[in-house]
Amino acid sequence: MTTPEARKVYAIDSGTVIDHIPSPLALKVVDILGVSQKGILTVGINFPSEKLGKKDIVKVENLKLTPQITDRVAIVAPTATINIIEKGKVVEKRPIEVPRELRDILRCPNPNCVTNIEQVPTHFVREGRKKNFSVRCVYCERKYNNPGELI
Amino acid sequence: MEMKNRSIVSIRDFSKDEIEQIVDKSLEVKSGKYSGALEGKVLATLFFEPSTRTRLSFEGAMVAMGGRVIGFADPNISSTKKGESLADTIKTVTGYCDVIVMRHHIEGAARLASQVASVPVINAGDGANQHPTQTFLDLVTIKEELGRLEELRVGLMGDLKYGRTVHSLAVALSHFHTNFVFISPPSLRMPADVKEELKEAGIKFHEVTEAEQSPEAMDVLYVTRIQKERFADFQEYEKVAGVYRLTPNSLSGPCKNAKIMHPLPRVDEISEEMDSSPNAIYFRQAHNGIPTRQTLLGLVTGAIQ
Repeated sequence: MTTPEARKVYAIDSGTVIDHIPSPLALKVVDILGVSQKGILTVGINFPSEKLGKKDIVKVENLKLTPQITDRVAIVAPTATINIIEKGKVVEKRPIEVPRELRDILRCPNPNCVTNIEQVPTHFVREGRKKNFSVRCVYCERKYNNPGELI
Repeated sequence: MEMKNRSIVSIRDFSKDEIEQIVDKSLEVKSGKYSGALEGKVLATLFFEPSTRTRLSFEGAMVAMGGRVIGFADPNISSTKKGESLADTIKTVTGYCDVIVMRHHIEGAARLASQVASVPVINAGDGANQHPTQTFLDLVTIKEELGRLEELRVGLMGDLKYGRTVHSLAVALSHFHTNFVFISPPSLRMPADVKEELKEAGIKFHEVTEAEQSPEAMDVLYVTRIQKERFADFQEYEKVAGVYRLTPNSLSGPCKNAKIMHPLPRVDEISEEMDSSPNAIYFRQAHNGIPTRQTLLGLVTGAIQ
């Protein structure tokens, strides 16, 4: 069923709706998705939300989220839910999960970390609860409380 | 205990049980039980950053147990100067030896080396990150001197912000229901992430600026040097330099029975008159580097079970 909020931001026939993004992080999610998508991309910011107070929505036509992109969205917006739309209807609704191991997704801000000096993909481990987590670099072992800033 | 081929990169990689077994094994090695166990083994010491005492301790440990040593102590003569990647250096050296000991100024270098080497890698310090063999020898010394690791009252004093030794020791002791007192100038307090980690492990700590302010008597007082090289601003260093100086007269109140430890080198935070005090155990602590490193070298090469 189409929600009133969804109608306000241009109903799509098929694609993906990323809902329950904490405000004002929609544009950060758009950054992750990339604006060179084939279909139309619409953004709604500051919708009222019971759970979050305020939430953002991002809708993308004809988009299938790869696991790599889902993981990145999860880091920025761990409360987000993903709705898959087909023929104007929500056919699947799923929460997103931050994986325990994050490989080659974040960059380590420590300039003396080996991942910034040698050719080696970054590797972080999630610590703490899924909705309120920090990450630790497997190499330099520094802990970061705002993982969204490491994308 | 099966540790053959396992790298020793960080104290975080070890469970409480493993730490206890390594400490107990080190005390057995110290008693002479495994003499000659490293015969026929070759150690490669790769010191991309100079460190005389750590290198000598590893080399001494290997030779005294019958092993041989190859390696370099000056990064200017290694192939990294020619632009070789660290991974390639390690992949090459791995064919020349049974175990690698590496010190590098880049944080995480030892982890990377352990991933590409086909022999175990022992981290002898990676920048400001980890120096796990120092932590093990600290624990061996505490166990030897006090007979236990559980439920001790431990004061950590000096540069708690930049001192990697105290960070790793705090993390290791968090397995053992330690009561901590952190003694430092306000600008050099224990970092928030270490304190958070201790809280999550249910560990109690107090933060004070003078040892006498400790709310209870200490079993161990671990002193660290305030490291000049860590300060970008010399004026900031001058504000805190020489702020602590332990003398035999300091051994009163909560410090009265405390065993005094220090990773060395010291500058002026412990007076030389303290050396003859029965409380001073920092030189015995340094000497424990030999049996502790022999144990680790023996375990990862399979020479000690």
